[in-house]
Amino acid sequence: MVIVAIWEVISKLGFFPVFMFPPLFIPSEGGGVTVMSTLISGILSGEILSATGVTLVRLLIGFSIAIVLGLTFGFLIARYKIVDDTLGFFVTALQSIPSIVWFPLAIVWFGLGNAAILFIVAIGATWTMTVNSSAGFKNVPSIYIDAAKTLGSSGTHLLRTIILPASVPHIISGLRVAWAFAWRAIMAGELLGSAGGLGYLLDLGRSTQAMDLVLSIMILIGVIGTIIDNQVFLRMEKTVARKWGLKA
Amino acid sequence: MKVHLDQVNKSFFKGKDDKLHVLDNIDFEIQEGEFVSLIGPSGCGKSTILKLIAGLDAPSSGEVKVNDAVVKGPGNDRVVVFQEGGLFPWMTVLENVTYGLHLKGSSKQAAHDKAMEGLRMVHLGNFTDAHPHELSGGMKQRVAIARSLVMDPDVLLMDEPFAALDEQTRLVLHKELQHIWAQTGKTILFITHNIREALTLSDRVLLMSTRPGAVKQQYEVQAARPRDPSDSVIVDLEKQVMAELEEEMEKVLKEEFGDDYNLEKSHVRDGDRSDMGSHI
Ligand SMILES: Nc1ncnc2c1ncn2[C@@H]1O[C@H](COP(=O)(O)OP(=O)(O)O)[C@@H](O)[C@H]1O
Ligand SMILES: [Mg+2]
Repeated sequence: MVIVAIWEVISKLGFFPVFMFPPLFIPSEGGGVTVMSTLISGILSGEILSATGVTLVRLLIGFSIAIVLGLTFGFLIARYKIVDDTLGFFVTALQSIPSIVWFPLAIVWFGLGNAAILFIVAIGATWTMTVNSSAGFKNVPSIYIDAAKTLGSSGTHLLRTIILPASVPHIISGLRVAWAFAWRAIMAGELLGSAGGLGYLLDLGRSTQAMDLVLSIMILIGVIGTIIDNQVFLRMEKTVARKWGLKA
Repeated sequence: MKVHLDQVNKSFFKGKDDKLHVLDNIDFEIQEGEFVSLIGPSGCGKSTILKLIAGLDAPSSGEVKVNDAVVKGPGNDRVVVFQEGGLFPWMTVLENVTYGLHLKGSSKQAAHDKAMEGLRMVHLGNFTDAHPHELSGGMKQRVAIARSLVMDPDVLLMDEPFAALDEQTRLVLHKELQHIWAQTGKTILFITHNIREALTLSDRVLLMSTRPGAVKQQYEVQAARPRDPSDSVIVDLEKQVMAELEEEMEKVLKEEFGDDYNLEKSHVRDGDRSDMGSHI
């Protein structure tokens, strides 16, 4: 609230032109722009809404690819020592590369557009997913595996009914961190990728010097990120912790 | 005979040439329907023997036979009850108990009915939808016992199943286990480091020596059933077993404490004499 108030005051004082420092709620002159009005009209006109849609669909696809790849790599690393010594070693290094660094490569491989952005999202989340899921698979208590084997389980049945569920707590916290990476990656990708989405609108706002648009999208990004983290991942983590008996 | 360990040796490899000889020429038999306990200090190889019979590990030499067939891997004719139960925490009690039944090919209904029967046998018919973490330690062990019994195994293998329980709960479960054994006539191999527990439950007690583990002595427990831990036969045997086990303990302590050993010895002697193994 205090920040909002200070912001309003600064924008009214007129040190900066309105396009650089637009007011949030109260227009500086009759019919002038505010961040809120731009956000609302943007949502009503469908411009912001459809951009959000584009971003979320991309995110979903890229994130799904990352989950599948991360689980597969994680399993292979946990299962085969040779994969652990090779891929496992590299993953730690790969994980520390900010995903946007891959963008030049992605453009060369896929061209500037949707595929390159998907690539950035997927690669941003894959390594975290790999590290967490391999930790999950490696730390399955052997007593569960032994118990299941003596009850007649083996092979893919053992994997599906014991190893995967026993790793779920690790995997969920991996999902949550991977999601945060993916969310950052997609903004960077869209900002540079000029192929629609919220990031693209940000870039549009910059090039047309419409800071009201930029700010309304920044607010939206913060809100969506928080809602998904809280409503989806935090909730999942809590449900699993309760059901698995990790917390009383 | 039901179970036969024939000249079984087991070593674990630590490094390239560094190996740990854990079991030395283990050779014993368990008859059909017999209740046999295996006692010995921690680390003497009790769990290793159980894993060999369960088929979860293979002997370095020698053979493990169940029903005259050499054990090649795990099978639901030999089910294990582990110390911490080994219940799957993400499944309900009922799902835990039906897990093996579904694998055995039982229909949904048949598995459900059989599981309910097993749970009632251990007095947990009302806890079908609970998750393991909602249960007390004793209840968890009961579920683990039910999960094993419904498989109708030829041999029930129990690895210190009551070690983590308080004395009161343990005594109740001793009664229940004896009752179940009398009802089902299962062949049971029971591992413990509690002498009184072994003598109260078993027909025969095998005492193991330590490093490398070998069967040092056997004791037939010819006391009337249902057992009373203060039965003179049991009290008498307890003294004998104690004396033997103390010798093994001294070996272990010497190894672990070296020159400080005499200091530790008096401490152990003052402890609960029926449960010496737990001190190490
Ligand atoms: N998988 C393994 N790898 C290496 N050493 C093992 C393994 N399992 C057991 N041991 C060792 O074998 C010895 C006997 O273990 P265990 O059978 O668990 O003893 P107990 O059940 O009598 O306490 C211990 O010294 C233990 O460290
Ligand atoms: Mg053990």
